[in-house]
Amino acid sequence: MANALQIVVCAGIVPDPLQTLEPVTGPNGPGLKNEMVLPAVLDPWAACALYEAAQLVAKNPGSKLWLVSLGPKAKLQQVMMTVGQKSAFELVPIDGPIGGFPDAASTAAALAEAIAALPGLDRERLLLFGGWESATRGAGVTLQLVGERLGITEQFQGVDQITLGEDGSFEVLERVEGGKHQVSVCTATPAVLGWATGNLAEPRNNPQTGMANMRGIMPALAKAKHVDLAANGLSYVSVNLPKQQRETRVEKNMTADEIASELVAWITAE
Amino acid sequence: MDHSGVSKMETILVLTHVDETGSALTKASLEAVTAGIELTRQLSASLTIGILGLNAEAAASVVAATGARLLAVSGDAFAQPRYATDAAGCEALCRATQASIVLAPGSSRFTRVAAGVAHRVGGFIDTHITALSGNDSVDATRWFYRQRIEAVVSRNARPWFLLLDAGTHTAYAGESGAATVEAVAVTLPATRTAVEGLRIPLLDAQTIRPDAKLLFVTGAGWTKKQPDGQIHVAEASSLILDFLRLTGASLGSSKSLADQKAEGEQSVLPFLTHMNQIGQTGSTPRHAKGLSTCCHGEEPHVVGWRFIGERRAISLDPNCGWTRGKADVVYIADAFQVIAKVNALLEARS
Repeated sequence: MANALQIVVCAGIVPDPLQTLEPVTGPNGPGLKNEMVLPAVLDPWAACALYEAAQLVAKNPGSKLWLVSLGPKAKLQQVMMTVGQKSAFELVPIDGPIGGFPDAASTAAALAEAIAALPGLDRERLLLFGGWESATRGAGVTLQLVGERLGITEQFQGVDQITLGEDGSFEVLERVEGGKHQVSVCTATPAVLGWATGNLAEPRNNPQTGMANMRGIMPALAKAKHVDLAANGLSYVSVNLPKQQRETRVEKNMTADEIASELVAWITAE
Repeated sequence: MDHSGVSKMETILVLTHVDETGSALTKASLEAVTAGIELTRQLSASLTIGILGLNAEAAASVVAATGARLLAVSGDAFAQPRYATDAAGCEALCRATQASIVLAPGSSRFTRVAAGVAHRVGGFIDTHITALSGNDSVDATRWFYRQRIEAVVSRNARPWFLLLDAGTHTAYAGESGAATVEAVAVTLPATRTAVEGLRIPLLDAQTIRPDAKLLFVTGAGWTKKQPDGQIHVAEASSLILDFLRLTGASLGSSKSLADQKAEGEQSVLPFLTHMNQIGQTGSTPRHAKGLSTCCHGEEPHVVGWRFIGERRAISLDPNCGWTRGKADVVYIADAFQVIAKVNALLEARS
């Protein structure tokens, strides 16, 4: 049981990447038009963290996996119908605002409070997982702030791989500039790992896992605590879609030779 | 520190760090110095530059001409990036200056720790800043939803940490000179992490080149059946690698191509990894030019092209996303044929 892990994955929900997004300003600040009806998915990098966590739990008997997610209850329920079929976990929902515009520090405070209150969590054995950035705010700070609030000072960001040792140590590969990985060895938990893509493909949906998960997910959603997120002095001067629309020249009748010549001239031009 | 707002005179700290030599500032750090100088001038503020690294004092000479107060945190503990030690070092620099605004490069080293440091000194942080503006106040531009929505934000809480995206400011290039550097003592925390080094791809496989002028993006079409009904992965691999060798381009990939696995879990194109991924779940690099091949150019891909200057694409689909105002030129053609001929022309010129 040296590697019986306690893994908490923090994962938000985001609009499906194929949806058209349009910013609007409401009484509580900026948001997305029709945000509550846009199809949502689990945040992609956080989803990678969940799949890595699920595999670690499966390989290490006695381990446990929690998924902590902040968002409107109705949207969480919708997303969990799919995510719940990917791997077994205990959902810890927090009912709160959706989207990327609330302040990360407030989000982190709510997540840290929920994690600290988890019954049965041994914080000395905790691996705190999440995406290294979200697909909403994309700031890459929330997980770090949660770690600080929980007093975890072994932190790794842009993680693509974790390898557990027999003695409870683990090796971590973090992305750094230029397509390289920094290799670190941490002798023991607790630690924070903000995941990049990792190495695992998305698991297939397993309806049996989904049924088992939903038995815990629905009561958890019913009991989810509501939080409001403070702005911490953050204000939005403007929120806009980029106006950059290019005048595209579509060449349908050029030969491969002609295209190649034009491309070489373009590539080699200063 | 002052949490009350923006009316008092701002004190600006630019956090910088050394490169792998241990005694020279990184380019991104020098870009942050430029941003700091500009913001100091704009706000009539005071400027301090803090340097973190193995031999931080030695790196100070290149910013001596800024006239800024120079602080350094040096020692073996800062030879390699690591959360516990770097956070302690940056925290010490922040506490020594009592800065109200902290600028720092958005490098992997500082993105790992900056939020934690902001929390420790009671501050707040915004990252991926692409521009700073405003007169008496500070307005920071950044993107949301993976480069799909652009916002200008401001804060009236201090200290305010702002992490700057690389390539958004010119690197500071003042004359080197003798610098007076104040060493800042750090109480080192216990750490359980040992940094063992970097895992670097073999030279032939080193396809991510952040300083390249050209980004060459490959899509899943390279591994699809060609007009003869066959898949030509070996030919695709050869054409792509030859193109990279001849142009010095950086290689990007669509998610669908990076996800493809052959037997043994190795990528179909072995030099491609998820680190090459451009777009919604990948990176958003900065290059002067970008050439897309065999990629349909839909929104999840194109968000990764936000900071690419000139864009061209080769696609067999005349209705692909690139033709809808997302590229400057789209060639409706077979990328296998075109890239082979491009390679031949470039080979003849070299």
